[in-house]
Amino acid sequence: MNFSLTVGLPHYLLVGAMLFCFGLYGVFSKKNAIAVLMSLELMLNAVNINLIAFNRFLWNNPVEGTKHLLLNGHVSAIFVIVVAAAEVAVGLALVISIYRSRLSANVDELDWLKW
Amino acid sequence: MNAQYALLAPEITLAVVGLVIFSVGLLIPKGSRQGMVPLTVLGILVTMAVAGAQFFSNVNGSFLDGMYLADNYASFFKLLFLAAALLVVLSSTEYVQKLPAHRGEFYGLILFAALGMMVMAGSGDLITLYVGLELMTISFYVLVAYLSEDGKSGEAGLKYLILGAVSSAVLLYGVSFLYGLTGSTVITEIAAKLGSGMSPATILALLLVLAGFSFKISLIPFHMWAPDIYEGAPVPITAYLAVASKAAGFAALVRVMLVGLKAQALDGNVAVALAVLIGLTMIAGNLMAIPQKNFKRMMAYSSISQAGYIAVGLLAGTPDGVKGVLFYSMIYVFANMGAFTVATVVSTAQGSDEIKDFAGLARRSPLAAVVMTVSLLSMAGIPPLAGFVGKFYLFKALLDQGWVPLVFIAFVMSMVSVYYYLLVTRTMYMEEGADLPKIGVSGATKFTLLVTMLVTLFLGIYPSPLAKMATIAAASLFR
Repeated sequence: MNFSLTVGLPHYLLVGAMLFCFGLYGVFSKKNAIAVLMSLELMLNAVNINLIAFNRFLWNNPVEGTKHLLLNGHVSAIFVIVVAAAEVAVGLALVISIYRSRLSANVDELDWLKW
Repeated sequence: MNAQYALLAPEITLAVVGLVIFSVGLLIPKGSRQGMVPLTVLGILVTMAVAGAQFFSNVNGSFLDGMYLADNYASFFKLLFLAAALLVVLSSTEYVQKLPAHRGEFYGLILFAALGMMVMAGSGDLITLYVGLELMTISFYVLVAYLSEDGKSGEAGLKYLILGAVSSAVLLYGVSFLYGLTGSTVITEIAAKLGSGMSPATILALLLVLAGFSFKISLIPFHMWAPDIYEGAPVPITAYLAVASKAAGFAALVRVMLVGLKAQALDGNVAVALAVLIGLTMIAGNLMAIPQKNFKRMMAYSSISQAGYIAVGLLAGTPDGVKGVLFYSMIYVFANMGAFTVATVVSTAQGSDEIKDFAGLARRSPLAAVVMTVSLLSMAGIPPLAGFVGKFYLFKALLDQGWVPLVFIAFVMSMVSVYYYLLVTRTMYMEEGADLPKIGVSGATKFTLLVTMLVTLFLGIYPSPLAKMATIAAASLFR
């Protein structure tokens, strides 16, 4: 029997899909607002895994006439990371401001507006 | 690679103005700060002049190999966003005076949200689009939660952030598949590589992208956020959210669908799915607006149904359809801003925005009542107001593509919408409201009210200048 295992594109995509689903589940089931923000990060990291895996396995071509590789996917992932950091910074600020007025960071208690 | 920075003139101007406003807010101590409003208004007007110059001199260029586009389509939307920002700033001057703190940043954030929308309209690359989208929505998260004393506002901000981020993640997940399929994030290259192929992966990517955008423009299964966020946000921001962020969503969605995924987006089953979404949006949006007691909640459902009407132009997918989208988005800015400016006036004077607070407004402030009536009737599509012409263009474009049942639904539902719009008018004209205060409107607010009403009337009677602009802009998209 041959136990050697090559990790290829499908494995990365599978990990990405799992992370995305865990994140989506977490956003709608977690009670603590901080945990919801963490689940959001999982979803965005699933996107990053996809982008980088696609770049590495499918589009690892050099730019025409040079030896440099095209890094569209990698660069896109960096953009996603930066924007996600900005988003979470605002999110944490909002959680703190809500915690100050209600002494709770529980998403279930956000019911002053009818949902 | 020669980069023509002149193409970015409107964006650069607005970014500079926004940074100046932020620095003024930070450096000059509270109390001695004056002229923030004139400075903001001047900045927006200069940017409008630059964007208008690009539109009327037919600038159609691309920056960095198609990653950023300055075409007539983008310029039209830039003018729209700036007009909306201008009206929001003018209508909120008195409201802002009542804010407890951080008044300077309010205007700066409005400008940066407009900048994000402009980047969305001009982006020829999906990652640029995402950055513009997030610049807009992150500014909005802060603006929605601006009333730090009011728990509802903070709650609305956090809800908007969580749902907005989820929808962005869904959109990006779709973008990552498009990248995997084509090796590019540039919209025109994606179209070239995909060709007319229709693999399961393409459909998955298409549906994810469509779901992400549907949230931003609040089509029906993705509309849940709108009523809550509209109710909790400060009134001028609700108006801004309803007109400008929705138009920005359409600007990007139309470009991605009709340029990037042109062979797939309106093909067979996908078109039927989109038609079902639009039909549901028009029916449920209008029906759910009827029982609402809060003005902002009612306008939220109304804006959901308006998104359904505008999406009709996307489904048509022709230059005529896109022209309808552009025309209707522009007049919707004026109609909605008129209605919300009246709501701002009432809410500043009475500290509440239930529909019953409008009782007797015809006696207490005749101008506000007239403007509200004109705006609401325009949204309902009653001739001779601008909304009628816009709906005519949209429904006609869809009819030309043979979607007769959907046009019928759209027509019936816009008749239904007259009912709940007229309920507000009835409250203003027929009810006494004896114990409510008289409301005086003056200065910038009065100017905003008059401008929105006159534009709505003018474009209803003589729509051809704007229609011509929309035709030119739509043609540049299909170039």
